Amino acid sequence: MKKIDLSQYRADGATETAIEDFSGFSAEDKERLLFAGIDVDNPSDSGAFMHLNHSGVHCKTHREGLEVMDIKAALEQFDGLPDYYWQLVDKDKDEFTKAAHDNLHGGYFIRAKAGTKVTEPVQSCLFIDKAGISQNVHNIVVVEEGAELHIISGCATAHGAKESAHLGISEFYVHKGGKLTFTMIHNWSDDTAVRPRSAGVLEEDAVFLSNYVLLKPVKDLQMYPKITLKGENAVARFNSVIVAPEGSYIDCGNRIEMQAPNTRAEIIARTLTTGGTIINRGYIGADAVPARGHLECKGLILGGGRIHAIPELDSDQDGVELSHEAAVGKIAQEEIEYLMARGLDEDEATSTIVRGFLNVDMEGLPKELQDAIEQQIDELDAGDAM
Amino acid sequence: MLEIKNLHVNIGDKEVLKGIDLVIEDGETFILFGPNGSGKTTLLMTLMGFGNYTVTEGQIIYKGQDITYAPMYERARLGIGMSFQRPPTIHGLKTSHLVRMCGQGRDVDVEGLAKKVNFSNFLDRDINAGFSGGEIKRSEMLQLMAQRPDLVLFDEPESGVDLENMALIGKTARNLLDGLAEGCTMKKAIKRSNTSGLIITHTGHILEYVNADRGQVMYNGKLCCEANPRDILDHISNHGYQECLRCLSAETGEILDLSSFNEAS
Repeated sequence: MKKIDLSQYRADGATETAIEDFSGFSAEDKERLLFAGIDVDNPSDSGAFMHLNHSGVHCKTHREGLEVMDIKAALEQFDGLPDYYWQLVDKDKDEFTKAAHDNLHGGYFIRAKAGTKVTEPVQSCLFIDKAGISQNVHNIVVVEEGAELHIISGCATAHGAKESAHLGISEFYVHKGGKLTFTMIHNWSDDTAVRPRSAGVLEEDAVFLSNYVLLKPVKDLQMYPKITLKGENAVARFNSVIVAPEGSYIDCGNRIEMQAPNTRAEIIARTLTTGGTIINRGYIGADAVPARGHLECKGLILGGGRIHAIPELDSDQDGVELSHEAAVGKIAQEEIEYLMARGLDEDEATSTIVRGFLNVDMEGLPKELQDAIEQQIDELDAGDAM
Repeated sequence: MLEIKNLHVNIGDKEVLKGIDLVIEDGETFILFGPNGSGKTTLLMTLMGFGNYTVTEGQIIYKGQDITYAPMYERARLGIGMSFQRPPTIHGLKTSHLVRMCGQGRDVDVEGLAKKVNFSNFLDRDINAGFSGGEIKRSEMLQLMAQRPDLVLFDEPESGVDLENMALIGKTARNLLDGLAEGCTMKKAIKRSNTSGLIITHTGHILEYVNADRGQVMYNGKLCCEANPRDILDHISNHGYQECLRCLSAETGEILDLSSFNEAS
């Protein structure tokens, strides 16, 4: 992995003023944002949040029982959020967590109060449109007992935002019987360095569903979110779709620790390289039974690049049920010929198979977002590699 | 419709077809018999244009056009369609989506066609994922109905199919070949369509459903014994392929036996 030198990036001076409505963004920026999951022309009925460069610029909630706040405001109002702030991630873990701790720019605090079911996704966006800066954010999501929440977290850089870095701490707390769906879409540029550090904890009967989509180039991204299943019957599921064009270096994976009986864990990753490097990690560990876990990392190499799949299963429990399926391969000639026999030429057949490969069922995505993802997958096909 | 001239085909270094001559007229259905390894499937795969089958000599003329070396999709677009025996699973590709693509730009009533082969419940499933033998056949029929080929290549339509499904598949194959919609008038029925068929069969069950015009036996990469398909089937049922071999040996002067046929195709 290339070393990220934080001193290269400016961590102050990019303060922005509040943005009441998003119509002022250029068409270009709007498209960047849409591809990061944020449809600025159709604001969410639930709530919305935007952090631009070094400042929180937009914060709205339209639902009772749903709080959407800038993290700094939340820390002030709730006495430093002692139950939630830096409880799951160690601030001394590495230079990136330290930087986020010592020089916090913002981030969101989103909480669904007990029993509140927020069906429409809350849109949150972390946007960089200035060159050479680092963006240090800390996000906290709390789903109280019996509540339901879906957050779409879009992270993007604008076209001019050269050589920037994003450091993001995220902590997820899903209390008894709560359900959190967290969809994260990254739309960086080929010179962005990205270091998210995320962790979550699930109480009894809690559910955490994570969708992650990365279809655009990124210079160097490293993340390994960890979910701990603390309560009985808790369920965690990660779906990831990752594409690495030439120049991208991506080291990412998911970790689930099952610490209570009757828990379930699933990690599904589809990775595709057309010239970049993908290290695809996955870890499921079980300290209690019954516990069922399945890990699936499948990779396609198409026109160069490297995929290194590292699936891990770990348990010392009698009766545990953990499995994994890993594959790194190419498109089968047999599949191409099957489609060619139906009249598709070789390029059409290849892109149809790739689309299918990347088509992981993601729960609860709004149609606009689903369409935007499909459009991006279609655009991949235009590349020389396919 | 189709004219095959002195066709020689290799799989790797091994010659599997050793000079095939065959003409199939417009609207004609031709049945190909033969034991395992005789080269029947190789002939079908070569006609469709699969990569592993190398034509070393001869010609394939389809609708007057030389397609001997044409790419597969071009043959499909010219109107050749094939039912696969063991099609691959393509994850993430819904059956309905593939059926729509089979229409090659034409509007396809996917739901309506699926009803005809009792396949509505499978449209949302990934193509061929966990399909049983009969389900694969119905899925292949459904794709062919959407594709509407002028020349249909059937690779053992009866293999792996139970009796109940056989009737449905047989009827669908007939409709594809005869171009008959259900409840079609006699007047239309008499005016037969131009669709041609080339059917490989082991058991001959398909003969109970389709109107086959001519048939031939393939042996060791060559065609022999042209006759009415039912007569061929009767003969094979009564005497087995052993009898055909003796007949062929007498014709060519070579001593042939079944053990000389390798599982090549």
